Amino acid sequence: MGRYVIRRLLQMIPVFLGSTFLIFVMVHALGDPVNALFGDRAPDPVVAAQIRKQYNLDEPLWLQYLIYMGNLFRWDFGTTFNGQSVTSLLATAYPATIKLTAVAFTIEVIFGVGFGLISGLRRGGWSDNTVLIFTLIVISIPTFVTGYVLQYLVGVQWGILPATAGEDLTLESLLLPGIVLASVSLAYVARLTRTTVAENSRADFVRTAVAKGLPRRRVVLNHLLRNSLIPVVTFLGADLGALMGGALVTERIFNIHGVGFYLYQGIVRQNTATVVGFVTILIIIYLAANLLVDLLYAVLDPRIRYA
Amino acid sequence: MPDQEKYNKADPLADAGTEEEEIQSAVESRTFDLGTMEAQTLIKNERLDDEPEVAAADDRVKPRSLWQDAWRDLRRNPIFIISGLLIIFLVVMAIWPGLFTSTDPLKCDLSKAQQGSESGHPFGFDGQGCDVYARTVYGARASITVGVCATVGAALVGTTLGGLAGFLGGWSDSVISRVADIFFGIPILLGGLVFLSVIPSRSIWIVVAFIVVLGWPQIARIGRGAVITAKQQDYVTAARALGASNSRLMLRHILPNAVAPIIVVATIALGTYIALEATLSFLGVGLKPPTVSWGIDISSASATFRNAPHMLLYPAGALSITVLAFIMLGDAVRDALDPKLR
Repeated sequence: MGRYVIRRLLQMIPVFLGSTFLIFVMVHALGDPVNALFGDRAPDPVVAAQIRKQYNLDEPLWLQYLIYMGNLFRWDFGTTFNGQSVTSLLATAYPATIKLTAVAFTIEVIFGVGFGLISGLRRGGWSDNTVLIFTLIVISIPTFVTGYVLQYLVGVQWGILPATAGEDLTLESLLLPGIVLASVSLAYVARLTRTTVAENSRADFVRTAVAKGLPRRRVVLNHLLRNSLIPVVTFLGADLGALMGGALVTERIFNIHGVGFYLYQGIVRQNTATVVGFVTILIIIYLAANLLVDLLYAVLDPRIRYA
Repeated sequence: MPDQEKYNKADPLADAGTEEEEIQSAVESRTFDLGTMEAQTLIKNERLDDEPEVAAADDRVKPRSLWQDAWRDLRRNPIFIISGLLIIFLVVMAIWPGLFTSTDPLKCDLSKAQQGSESGHPFGFDGQGCDVYARTVYGARASITVGVCATVGAALVGTTLGGLAGFLGGWSDSVISRVADIFFGIPILLGGLVFLSVIPSRSIWIVVAFIVVLGWPQIARIGRGAVITAKQQDYVTAARALGASNSRLMLRHILPNAVAPIIVVATIALGTYIALEATLSFLGVGLKPPTVSWGIDISSASATFRNAPHMLLYPAGALSITVLAFIMLGDAVRDALDPKLR
């Protein structure tokens, strides 16, 4: 187990370096950040040179990257051009996005697996067909359309939930954005659960459990569901990163000042440190989630051992 | 184990000699006596013709390939027929939008901004006073071009690299897989926001190239798995034993047997790529006016959604139906190619 984790962590290093370097190169292709800083005015060459020196912009790109990575290990994400440290920006932005993602992820797991289980157990019945049609419709409507329509109907027309979230985030204000963010993934989870549950419900171990006289509840939850969850968990792990990345659309619709908001500001103002910092954290979260998934396999299926 | 004993009892060397002889003669006949062989096959055929009853029996149990089987299933699947007809309709609309409307989508009358439907303009007008119906019809072209081209590109790149990784194995597999991981690790919307704001030109092809760059790893993973499975089959070993070259093995034996899962994933991805293009346009980094696209229209209509919901709902509806059609097609193809999942 320990050796497996170490091997996986070592495998992550080139992926992490590659992804961050790719982002680093692209962000620097945005244009000269110093020129952008001065807007329409031509910068004084001495001042410009000094700023370049201060932010290491006069070095070649690979050296800049190495310096950046070196600082990263000391948890220093650099400073933006107006003197704010990126770490403090991250501290203000990430809690909002993490809260939103947590709400969405909870909704996704509970309703996705729930619908999938109901649908897979009553294969061909009306509840199965309802779930299939409903998920197909949800998948085919893009998130931002769902967002605007639900915001208008639920938030404005009916006034059940707050239409925008604003500065202080309560669970109530995050419920509607959470549903919107979760919707597409929820549909995928439901379909995946349905397929594996339906496949496993004909398996020998389920028949044995029923023949033993176990109560139906125990058969379904302990035997059927647990064995059906492995592909679902794989999907959920990969989806966690996608949810945090996809949150920027939802954040824009519901006016939540999270990662998407600051990242967008960073790109518009050509603030390289901000953009690279935010994306780096997202990549770390994505990689960690995938590692966690691989470790969860052993919990779900004791036959899997890590050598 | 009776078989084992039998094998032990028999002298293995006794058979070895004859076997070798046989192989040699087979090689000889193939290399030097091609004419004889052809004649022999002809004779065989003639013999079959001599016995019509046997031929008829052969016809009846004639084995169907996976593709023929899948096509038979698909023809009877109502979901396939509905989605197929919808897609044909949408493709026709994308190629000849003039068939459906005579109004120019770029001819706008500001005095009619945000007005509802009236005679000749069934969907009403958008914020600039352009005809929403004409813009919805003309918007199909951008969405479907992006979807189809991005899928073809991602499938070609993904199949080539994934196939090579699976076939070659070893360090080239590790390199390709890690490179795929790098692109896979970048969240697609964030990547779009960063990458596409770098490039000043917002033509359709830039968006297609971006989707291909971030989309190929998904198909490469599937392709690699499928090739590894196909590579271990006996017919590949047999072909290799007969002296088939690597390229022949890959193209003639492995690829046709590994392509089914790739087609399924690609068809479903097509729908999601169309939605992705609209989302990128919504974020302001995708296509740009004067290109007519559903994503642009939805984005510009979103600000005034409460006053004039029709401006958003018609292009959004068209977009959703298109995505739905392609996802349904992918579902139907998957059911036909992989009956286990049904």
